[in-house]
Amino acid sequence: MSTTLTPVLSRTWDQPDSFTLAAYEREGGYRAMRTAFGMEPDAIVQAVKDSGLRGRGGAGFPTGMKWGFLPPSSPNPRYLVVNADESEPGTCKDIPLMLANPHVLVEGVIISSYAIRSNHAFIYVRGEVLHVIRRLQQAVAEAYEAGYLGKDILGTGYDLELVVHTGAGAYICGEETALLDSLEGYRGQPRLKPPFPAVAGLYGGPTVINNVESIASVPSIVANGADWFASMGTEKSKGFGIFSLSGHVTRPGQYEAPLGITLRELLDMAGGVRKGHRLKFWTPGGSSTPLFTDEHLDVPLDFESVGAAGSMLGTRALQIFDETTCVVRAVQRWSEFYAHESCGKCTPCREGTYWYKQVFKRLEAGQGTEEDLQTLLDLSDNILGRSFCALGDGATSPVTSSIKLFRDEYIAHFTQGGCPFDPAKSTVWAGEQ
Amino acid sequence: MSYAPETLAQLERDAKEIIARYPKPRSALLPMLHLVQSVDGHITSDGVEFCAEQLGITPAQVTGVATFYTMYKHDRVGEYHVGVCTNTLCAVMGGDQIWDELSEHVGVGHDEATEDGRISLERIECNAACDFAPVMTVNWEFFDNMTPEKAKKLVDDLRAGKEVAPTRGPNSVCTWKQASRILAGFPDGRAGEGPQAGEPTLVGLELAKQRGWEAPPADAARPEPDDPAAGSQTRGDIHK
Repeated sequence: MSTTLTPVLSRTWDQPDSFTLAAYEREGGYRAMRTAFGMEPDAIVQAVKDSGLRGRGGAGFPTGMKWGFLPPSSPNPRYLVVNADESEPGTCKDIPLMLANPHVLVEGVIISSYAIRSNHAFIYVRGEVLHVIRRLQQAVAEAYEAGYLGKDILGTGYDLELVVHTGAGAYICGEETALLDSLEGYRGQPRLKPPFPAVAGLYGGPTVINNVESIASVPSIVANGADWFASMGTEKSKGFGIFSLSGHVTRPGQYEAPLGITLRELLDMAGGVRKGHRLKFWTPGGSSTPLFTDEHLDVPLDFESVGAAGSMLGTRALQIFDETTCVVRAVQRWSEFYAHESCGKCTPCREGTYWYKQVFKRLEAGQGTEEDLQTLLDLSDNILGRSFCALGDGATSPVTSSIKLFRDEYIAHFTQGGCPFDPAKSTVWAGEQ
Repeated sequence: MSYAPETLAQLERDAKEIIARYPKPRSALLPMLHLVQSVDGHITSDGVEFCAEQLGITPAQVTGVATFYTMYKHDRVGEYHVGVCTNTLCAVMGGDQIWDELSEHVGVGHDEATEDGRISLERIECNAACDFAPVMTVNWEFFDNMTPEKAKKLVDDLRAGKEVAPTRGPNSVCTWKQASRILAGFPDGRAGEGPQAGEPTLVGLELAKQRGWEAPPADAARPEPDDPAAGSQTRGDIHK
């Protein structure tokens, strides 16, 4: 095996008190913050640019470049907003990170805010994760207590307020402009871009919005150098990332590795697909990324290679499904999810996902026809690229990719008059009863 | 509004504190809706009116927001609000069977509460714990690696008033109203309870330790920081 794991963010997670300030500092935490305060803010922005860090929330936009888009002067205050609204089906990396080590995120917020000259930062965390919220609240309180937040931090003259803001159950708020509307106290609906948040974001001020893992990676770049970060990963997808394996795999969980590792390598580390079964399909980066099969086991999991193979790296949410799983059932459920979560602003997404839901209900019940498959593809054509944000685009991914890869399975549903699969065989406890 | 004077006084103090966190008052609306749920259990016309008055907006504007987000409830919620993830991955791994058996066992459906007001059920969407599938929640605490039997016992214990501990959470679950207060930004002092991580969270790290895998050492040529108080960047640093 050529690629090995590289625990950086996950390195201290096995310490029972890893979430406390004391444990974080014992392991060297908040030293990068002190290093950063000895640097010019622009030098930090440059270091993040040089590192090649790309957004870890799915889109993969270069983080340093995003920071560089802030206008040099503006009458309005600048803001840093951390997107901790982790909700993409299959994605489960930021939540365990914040549970085990919220301080690395707080330190990242301090360094990043200092770098972009912001004095007010927010962590927008989804609401359905109560203990993670407790840990974040405590970490922020500890950082204030230690003088790392508030007025005149460590005598530098730099001020920073950090607010933990709790969402209320809406997948769409993971979309950055919907998140801003939500944070301003409105329904979370995406804004038209441009203007981009860097120019007119929170309260109309210049705003940087970054994913939890992106911001949590910043202290390591400041501490160890841009070249160190760039020495990991591939040419255009540098650094490490958390890969989350779930589903029909022997040892599901979090595997922190350089970008460019393959599913074959990761599955080998995770003990393979569950015993007695074989890989049928998988998502490289959550439900909004087109499905892969066992033909894609050796695709390097970096932005370019996954894209070239017809999908997206997304959030590295590797959901593994074995041959007991009905792909129509899987995609039906995702389609119901997108219909439930569509904010309703754009007609193609609102109506299109609703239609998906109706057609899938027929198909899974064995009452569909081949014409329904064409209807699904026509609907997809009318959703993709026709809405303000990527929610609708994401909804089309599992639909079009599954029809392409498993057309026969769709057809079997109506030639056999029902679903040919037994859902009991897919469960964790199948074979135990 | 029909709040008792002391309840109203407390709500006003809390609202003032929430509003003070933000550069603009309207940003306080989401936490304030969690706050009124911590008093009323769900969004009532009193709660809507209170939020509107505090923020200087109309009740219609508040209602427009409250109806957008699924965590705001418009009907009675149980003291213990039980969620079963039925998004694709959890559903396939057994969440659908858990839901069917639990819903029948409790006798209520999606977003419905029992007569005694102890339990309500919800089919929840992906809760970012897929490596622990099938996943459930009680008042938004994690209950990992569930089965239909464990699910039914969990609910029976909650109804019987027994203390129940989440898999990754504090030593016992708090009530729905207490949870709502934390969501409004008022900590309950229990962040230190419970584990730092679950087993799947650590599989990669443990494998790396067994095999001696580490991230590469820091840039050798990297200069020390100018600030002498900055401390040395040793290879033992957390950020390595």
